[in-house]
Amino acid sequence: MQNWPANSMLQNEHEIRATDAICINESEKQHQWYYNLKYLLVGLVFGILFVKAEVISWFRIQEMFRLQSFHMYGIIGSAVVVGMVSVWLIKRFQIKTIHGERITFTDKKFNKGQIYGGLLFGLGWGLTGACPGPLFAQIGIGATVVLVTLLSAIAGTWVYGRFRENLPH
Amino acid sequence: MFEIIKQPWPWYVAGPVIGLTVPALLILGNKSFGISSSLRHVCAMCLPGNISFFKYDWKKELWNMFFVLGIFFGGVIAVNFFANPGPVQVNQELIRELHQYGITDFSSLLPVDMVSWEKLLTWPGFIMMVGGGFLVGFGARYAGGCTSGHAIMGLSTLQWPSLVATVCFMIGGFVMANWILPWILML
Repeated sequence: MQNWPANSMLQNEHEIRATDAICINESEKQHQWYYNLKYLLVGLVFGILFVKAEVISWFRIQEMFRLQSFHMYGIIGSAVVVGMVSVWLIKRFQIKTIHGERITFTDKKFNKGQIYGGLLFGLGWGLTGACPGPLFAQIGIGATVVLVTLLSAIAGTWVYGRFRENLPH
Repeated sequence: MFEIIKQPWPWYVAGPVIGLTVPALLILGNKSFGISSSLRHVCAMCLPGNISFFKYDWKKELWNMFFVLGIFFGGVIAVNFFANPGPVQVNQELIRELHQYGITDFSSLLPVDMVSWEKLLTWPGFIMMVGGGFLVGFGARYAGGCTSGHAIMGLSTLQWPSLVATVCFMIGGFVMANWILPWILML
């Protein structure tokens, strides 16, 4: 019981981090910073794919929203199918991480933000032709002006955080 | 072999590999796939203010920053070492439509006629880059995730709120691309 206040603080911190976020799974293990380089590697593969499959193309996104091409539907659809099967396999065989930890999943609770925020995000996606991931890759291919878009997206995130309590959820 | 790599990759190659990111991140360290959270971590790092939404230990989420840095370098590598030859493939109907708005350059993945430093202070450029970026950042956090977190990770784990969010993303995009964007491009 002695470390109860510390625990509750930790719990509270985790809850803040979990608010309006999908990626909240975390490791209990303490690792050196360079353990994170493996995520850089996954990002690298991901970024190359984004460019090579033209996912970061503004034109491809416009085609998708005009139903003029199957390309993006094929990519997102097949990615979801592969993701679903993988998650099912991980759960079915209780696969552990490479560090021997259990893999956990958190259920997402519904709130109206998913509707309002989703619609606003969609409007932005139709304009920029890029969701957050492709923004980074677009800067990588040398479109430096996308830095402005990225900074604006960070500003949008900040403004949301600032006015979060005043918004309907 | 190298010639094949240099061609644009078809959806049935790219999609499944993108899907494999989900188990890769889980198996590497119990991490859920999500990209827009990185924007939040930047706020938490640089400008948390007195906002509880940004007051958390961002060091625990550092992996996410490494991941997006990787995406950036992936872009650098792809364009320098195996860039797609020739202009981007664009649907003929879309080319015709975009011509009306003065978008005639299809050499880049981005419409350089509208999205460039020179165009930043024109109405269409400003709305597309600054306005669009703001909506993406604001909307993604309001919805609790973006295409990666909701559409790919959320649907993979069968979360119905993620399906709601994904449907709303698509509705927003359809409305923008078909009914609002044409007006903006004519400004």
